[in-house]
Amino acid sequence: MNLAYRDIRHGFGRFILTCIGLGLLLGVVLAMIGIYRGLVVDALTIARAPAVDLWVVEANTRGPFAEASRIPGDVREAVARIAGVESAGGITYQTVEAEHIGAKLRLYVIGYEPARPGGPPEIIAGRGIARSHYEMVADQSAGLVLGDRLRVGRSTFSVVGLTRHQVSSGGDPAVYITLSDAQKLQFDLAPPAARIQQARGAVGAVGANRDTVNAVIARLQPNAAPEAVAETVRRWKHQAAITQEAQEQILIRSLVDRARRQIGLFTSLLLVVSAVIIALIIYTMTMEKTKQIATLKLIGAPDRTIIGMIVQQALALGLIGFSIGAMLIATISDYFPRRVVLEADNMLALGLIVVVVCLMASGLGVRAALRVDPATALGS
Amino acid sequence: MADQPLVRCERISKHFGEGETRVDALRDVSLDVFPRQLVALLGPSGSGKTTLLNIIGCILDASSGSMAFDGETVLSEGRWLKTNLRQLRLHNIGFIFQFHNLIPFLDATDNVALVLQLSGEEAGAARARAVELLDYLEVGHRRNAMPANLSGGEAQRVAIARALANRPRIILADEPTAALDSKRAGIVMDLLRKVAIEQDAAVIVVTHDEKIFDRFDRKFVLRDGRLETGDADPAKLDASAGVATVGGGAGGL
Repeated sequence: MNLAYRDIRHGFGRFILTCIGLGLLLGVVLAMIGIYRGLVVDALTIARAPAVDLWVVEANTRGPFAEASRIPGDVREAVARIAGVESAGGITYQTVEAEHIGAKLRLYVIGYEPARPGGPPEIIAGRGIARSHYEMVADQSAGLVLGDRLRVGRSTFSVVGLTRHQVSSGGDPAVYITLSDAQKLQFDLAPPAARIQQARGAVGAVGANRDTVNAVIARLQPNAAPEAVAETVRRWKHQAAITQEAQEQILIRSLVDRARRQIGLFTSLLLVVSAVIIALIIYTMTMEKTKQIATLKLIGAPDRTIIGMIVQQALALGLIGFSIGAMLIATISDYFPRRVVLEADNMLALGLIVVVVCLMASGLGVRAALRVDPATALGS
Repeated sequence: MADQPLVRCERISKHFGEGETRVDALRDVSLDVFPRQLVALLGPSGSGKTTLLNIIGCILDASSGSMAFDGETVLSEGRWLKTNLRQLRLHNIGFIFQFHNLIPFLDATDNVALVLQLSGEEAGAARARAVELLDYLEVGHRRNAMPANLSGGEAQRVAIARALANRPRIILADEPTAALDSKRAGIVMDLLRKVAIEQDAAVIVVTHDEKIFDRFDRKFVLRDGRLETGDADPAKLDASAGVATVGGGAGGL
């Protein structure tokens, strides 16, 4: 006779409501873990998108994400000539705000050279950029659709393709345009300002060479060692070279570290709160059964019967609550404004933590149950 | 009446606290209870009735004295000779409570079958025996009812069935009729009488319930922890206490 099951069945409505409450709490914990993971994934997305091995940036900087970096565009040719480099391309990054359907749309603009590294990793609708000007591929999270026309800076772009999961570390959707359009957007002065500069005698204020990029990215041949190629670039003295692995470390440690730690701390606090609540629920469930436990002891039930009842109920509560929380978050995670990444190992880890917490919490209940005096059953 | 008592208590004393806070709940209480007897433990509140019942029920330690069940010593000089008192209770003693204390999440049959399963009986056999007991106590038609849906009398009969499940020869009852009206109290006492006779058991009842005083074979009166009376003699009823009083502290016939 399974007393835990019988007790749960007897008070099923109350038990399931408790499970739902606990499920919501564990759902929040899962969401925080998912947001935490999503933050890291988002931070690395743009850096991983070009699928390159080396980032050449301005000397003494850790650009282009952690620090500003500007280098001449023709560095790409010099990089492309290094032994072991398969291909190289210039790339720019900037954040802009555009008007779309009467609302401000914040975009992370990536300028790249078609046919060179740096373009969108996949096109889920439409096509890639085919013309040299005024076409863009947008991330679907921007809410743009194929054929939309969007004014960015002083130019109007047509959305010719859509990509997905391409957002900046701040969560802004990425749009890809050609490098020349991006350079114009980033470095051209507005006409009045340009005229003033020209009147002051600034050389080449209008139509100056604007082939400046934030970084040159290089894809290496399979047998080439990224660190060796980076060392070659460093010997030029006027450029810095960062391997892909180092770039990802910079992003994690510099760019999202505080946010990551903050969410991590909050998640830990939530876990502690959940543990306390689970312990209180199980303790209360046990104390409500004091008279029944006393009766069981009086009629001769061994401790293992009473302990089994409490531990089984605690585990059932934790696992059902966890399942409800996991299903809830899996269902609504796509509706979060930032990406929520639920990974199997994180779910498993939280599941194990819940089991451990339930066992520890039931220890509290068991301790209380074992102290119940069987003589209590004889009282009124 | 058999020669050997089922329960023999010899000079049982129990005190709580020490020094100025010491309270002597029982003082040198001796009594014998024989098979087929219905015995009442009477006395005012705080006289030590429940303490004595708890010691006989192996729930509470005695400070001194000894006790034997069916000739086997279980308590000597205030120390239990068996370490597993729950096993001792499970196999020797049936308990009946004032408020029946049925497990609320088990139906009538399972409340009875639980005791049998705790003794190692297989589930099917345990349920069959439980149904048999419920029929015996004329509450078989309510075998699937949950305790909350049973009347007071039905619940008490289920509780008696549970107390009898392991065929104990010592049945301890704490105010078993206090929550029942006269008619149902009479039915419960008839059942206890039937059980005592048919199962060769001794039934010890703590009660204040005047309406059942005349249903006992013997009455022991406790006052301030001392046993004032041995056997009940209805002819010597003390009107103020509502119980019989006779001389002699030691029980036994």
